[in-house]
Amino acid sequence: MTAQKHSGQNVPPHAHYAVHLPAPDDFAFWRERARGLIQCDVPPDRVAWIEPGATGDLFGSEGPARGGDKRLPVPPADAPPVRASQRFLDVARSAALHSDPARFGLLYHVLWRLQRQPRLMEDKADVQVRRLEELAKSVRRDAHKMHAFVRFREVAEEDGTPHFVAWFEPDHHIVRAEASFFMRRFANMRWSILTPRGSIHWDGETMHEGPPARRSDAPSGDPVEDLWRSYYAAIFNPARLKVGAMLSEMPKKYWKNLPEAELIPQLIAGAQAREARMVASGSLDMGERPASLGAVDKAIHACRNCPIGELDNRAVMGEGPLGALLMIVGEQPGDQEDQAGRPFVGPAGQLLDDYLTRAGIDRSSAYVTNAVKHFKFTWKGKRRLHQSPGAKEIDTCRWWLEAERAVVQPRLVLALGASAARGLLGKTVSITKARGQPIQLEDGTELWVTAHPSYLLRLDGEARETQAALFAADLAAVQERLAELAD
Amino acid sequence: MAQQTLLQKLEILADAAKYDASCASSGTAKKNSLGGKGIGSTEGMGICHAYAPDGRCISLLKILLTNHCIFDCHYCINRKSSNVARARFTPQEVVDLTLNFYRRNYIEGLFLSSGIVKSANHTMEQLVEVARILREEHDFRGYIHLKTIPEADAEIIHEAGLYADRVSINVELPTDAGLTRLAPDKNAGQIEGAMGRTKARIIEAKDERKRFRHAPRFAPAGQSTQMIVGADDANDTAIIGKASRLYGDFGLRRVYYSAFSPIPDASAVLPLKRPPLMREHRLYQSDWLMRFYGFAPQEVADAAGTDGNLPLDIDPKLAWALKFRESFPVDVNRAPREMLLRVPGLGTKAVARILTVRRHRNLRLDDVARLTASVAKVRPFICTVDWRPTYLTDRADLRGLLAPKVEQLELF
Repeated sequence: MTAQKHSGQNVPPHAHYAVHLPAPDDFAFWRERARGLIQCDVPPDRVAWIEPGATGDLFGSEGPARGGDKRLPVPPADAPPVRASQRFLDVARSAALHSDPARFGLLYHVLWRLQRQPRLMEDKADVQVRRLEELAKSVRRDAHKMHAFVRFREVAEEDGTPHFVAWFEPDHHIVRAEASFFMRRFANMRWSILTPRGSIHWDGETMHEGPPARRSDAPSGDPVEDLWRSYYAAIFNPARLKVGAMLSEMPKKYWKNLPEAELIPQLIAGAQAREARMVASGSLDMGERPASLGAVDKAIHACRNCPIGELDNRAVMGEGPLGALLMIVGEQPGDQEDQAGRPFVGPAGQLLDDYLTRAGIDRSSAYVTNAVKHFKFTWKGKRRLHQSPGAKEIDTCRWWLEAERAVVQPRLVLALGASAARGLLGKTVSITKARGQPIQLEDGTELWVTAHPSYLLRLDGEARETQAALFAADLAAVQERLAELAD
Repeated sequence: MAQQTLLQKLEILADAAKYDASCASSGTAKKNSLGGKGIGSTEGMGICHAYAPDGRCISLLKILLTNHCIFDCHYCINRKSSNVARARFTPQEVVDLTLNFYRRNYIEGLFLSSGIVKSANHTMEQLVEVARILREEHDFRGYIHLKTIPEADAEIIHEAGLYADRVSINVELPTDAGLTRLAPDKNAGQIEGAMGRTKARIIEAKDERKRFRHAPRFAPAGQSTQMIVGADDANDTAIIGKASRLYGDFGLRRVYYSAFSPIPDASAVLPLKRPPLMREHRLYQSDWLMRFYGFAPQEVADAAGTDGNLPLDIDPKLAWALKFRESFPVDVNRAPREMLLRVPGLGTKAVARILTVRRHRNLRLDDVARLTASVAKVRPFICTVDWRPTYLTDRADLRGLLAPKVEQLELF
C-alpha cells in the first residue's frame, strides 16, 4: 500500500486525533480534514470527530484544545490522491446532515475502506454501507417532510410588505441545505423559516442565516388557516378511514406545528358514525313490522333511521279509531303538532277541520296521521322553520305509515299533498294530474290525492279561491265515495 | 337564500371534489420562480403537504368550480337529481384561494374540476380561465391539474393543456354497458375520442419541443383517468383488461381506481354497500405489476380466482406465485431480473440491490435478509448459496403460512 509507506514519516504510531467541526452540517470541512487524514493513513479507530457543543473527545491523553486541530498530521507532498465513488459522495453529503453523533466517524471509516475496495458502495449488503444508506435516507425523508410540513404565517412588516414566517422542528441538520428549495419556490416572497437548529431568511434577493429560534419567535396564527382547516375537514372521506396510512406519512411528532392536525381526533371519531348514517339511510333492516298501533307508537319514538329523527323533536303518532273507513295522511308534524304530540292541530289542521266539516266529513271518525313521523326543521333564531322532507326520508318512514294502514285497515285513504302521496305510492306524482279520481293501491284500497291545506294558507287572492274550490271539490268527492263505501 | 361566504362555498365544493382519487403532483416539467414575478416550483417529485385520516395525501387544492350539474350520473353526488347543497366559485375566487394556500406552503398547486353548467363548452372555458389567470396574471409556476370535459370542443381542451401540467378525463366505469346504465348523459366513444386527441397533442408538443426550444409545452405531466370500482358488476379481470388497454391506447400516466363509496343521497340504482377498500388496493397492486414488474395483463388475470376477482387476503403477486409454483424457487445468484421481479416480497429496489451485490459475491440468506423488508416472505421462493426451500414450495398449506393472520378484533 502506497499510503502506508508515507505514514511512518509523519504519523507517530498509535497517535490519536480529534477533529472539531465548526458546524454540525459542515460537510466541506469534514471532507477536507478526512482527505488529509487518509493521505496520512490514519486508521478510523484513531480519529474522533467532535461536533460543536459536544463534550470533549474520547481520547483524554491526546486531547487537543477545543476548536484546534493543529496537531493533525500534514500529508506528504507526494501522497496519492484520495478516491471515492460518486455514489459515496452523494450518500455522504446527505448522511453528514444526520443527527447521529457517530456519522462522521462512519463516513471516515467507509472512505478509508473505499481506498482498498473501490467498489465497496455497490455492496449493499455490507453493514456499514447499509447504515450509511439508512442515514442518508432518513435525512432525505426529513428534508422531504420539511418541504411538505413547513407552514408559513403571514405578518405585515412595518413597511406594509407581507412577510411569511414559519416555525419548523427538523430531526436533522438540514435547514441550511434545504434553504435553496424554498428560495426556488418562493423567489419573490419575503419569508423566514425558524427552527431550533438555526433560521434562514429570504428577502427576495439574498439569503441570511440566523441563530436558533424558539417557537415563541414565530407568529401564532393566520386567518387563512380557517379556510385551510375547513378544506382539510371537507376533503376527507369518512367512508374510507385509514388512520394507519395517515400516521405512517404524517407521524404525530409533526402535528403540533400543523394547523390542520388539531381536527384529526374529531374527524376520526365522527367518521364511523357518519358513514353508518350514510349507509343506514339507504338500506335498513327494520325487522318485524309492528302489529298494533301501540307498537308503532313505541317504535317511531325510538326511530333514528333518517336524519330527521336526530333533530330536537319528538315523534307524532296518528290518531283515530281502529277500523276507520277513512285515513287522512298529511306531510309531517309541524311546530305545534310536535309540541302537542298530535297530528293536525296547528293552523293547517284548523283549516282542514273547517273544510272537513263543510264537506260533511267527521274528523273524529277518521284516522289522521302523517307520512313522516318527525318534524323536520332548521333553526332560524329561536324559531323552528319547517323544511320539506326529502324523498328518501319519506320512503324510510313509509315503513311506519304502512304499518298503521295495515292495522287500521281503512277502505279509503286521502293523501294531502305530494309528500303524503309519495308516502303511500312510493313514487312522486303530480297533484294536479292525480287529484279528482281514485288510485288503486296494491291491496285494493282506494287512494285519493289532493293538495295539503298549508298550501292554501300560502296563497292569496284569486289563486287561493281557485285552489280552495278545488280542495273543497276533492273533499266533496271523497265524502260521496265514503257514503257509497259505507253502504 | 343568503349569500354564501367563501368558507361555506369551500366546504361544499371541496366536499364535492373528494370522490376524485388523484392528487398526484409529480412527473411534470421542472420549473421554479427564480427570475419570474410570481411564485411556484415543480421539481419532479410530488410533495404531499398533509394527510387526511382516510390515508390519502393532500397535495393539491382539489375543488370543483361548481357542483351544479346538468348531468344525471347515478354514482355522482353532484348529479342533477341529487339533493345536495350547491355552490359556485368565480374563477377569481379559485385563483385567490390557490395563491393564498400556496404562499403558506399548504399545497403544490390546484386540481380543478367542475360540474357541468349551461354547456360543456361554457364549463370548460371557465376552468381554462382559472388556469389562465394563474399562469398569465400571477406568473404561477406551481402544479395545475385540469379535469377536462370530453363533450367540450377540442379547441378549448387544447387550451387547457397549454396551461395545465396534467389533464385528465374520467372513463368513470370499466364497461360501456355500465356507463350507459349509470351515466346516461355520457358516451364512451366521446370519452375515448377526447383521450385520443389529447394523446396526439401531447406527442406533437413533445416532438416540437425537441426541434424548437421555445415551443409551448402541452400537459407535460401527461394525462390520467379514473375508474369507479364496485358501482357496477365488472370483475377485477375486466377492470385490469380495461386499464391495460387504456395505458396502451392512450399513453396514460396513471389509471386511478376509486372504490365506490356510498354517497349521501345516492340513487336507487346503486349498490348500498361499498366494495372492500382492499379491492381497490389489490387493483393498484396489479396495476404496479403491469407497469413495473413486467407482468402481462393476462398473467395478472391468471392470479384472479374463478369469479374473475383478485383474492383480497393476499396480494396478486403472491397469488400468482402460489398458482405457478413450477416457476420457483428462483436462484437469486443466477436468475435474470425478470424472474427476480416475480418473487413475492422482492420489490424493484430490492431486485436492483441484489443485482449490484451479486456482481461482487454470492448471496447468502443473511444478505438477502439485509436487502429486503421481510425475508420470511421471500424465503419459500428463492434459493441462495446456503438455502433451498426443499419442501416449502410443495406444501399444500403454503398459502396459509404466508397469508396474513386473521384480523385482530377491534377494541370494544
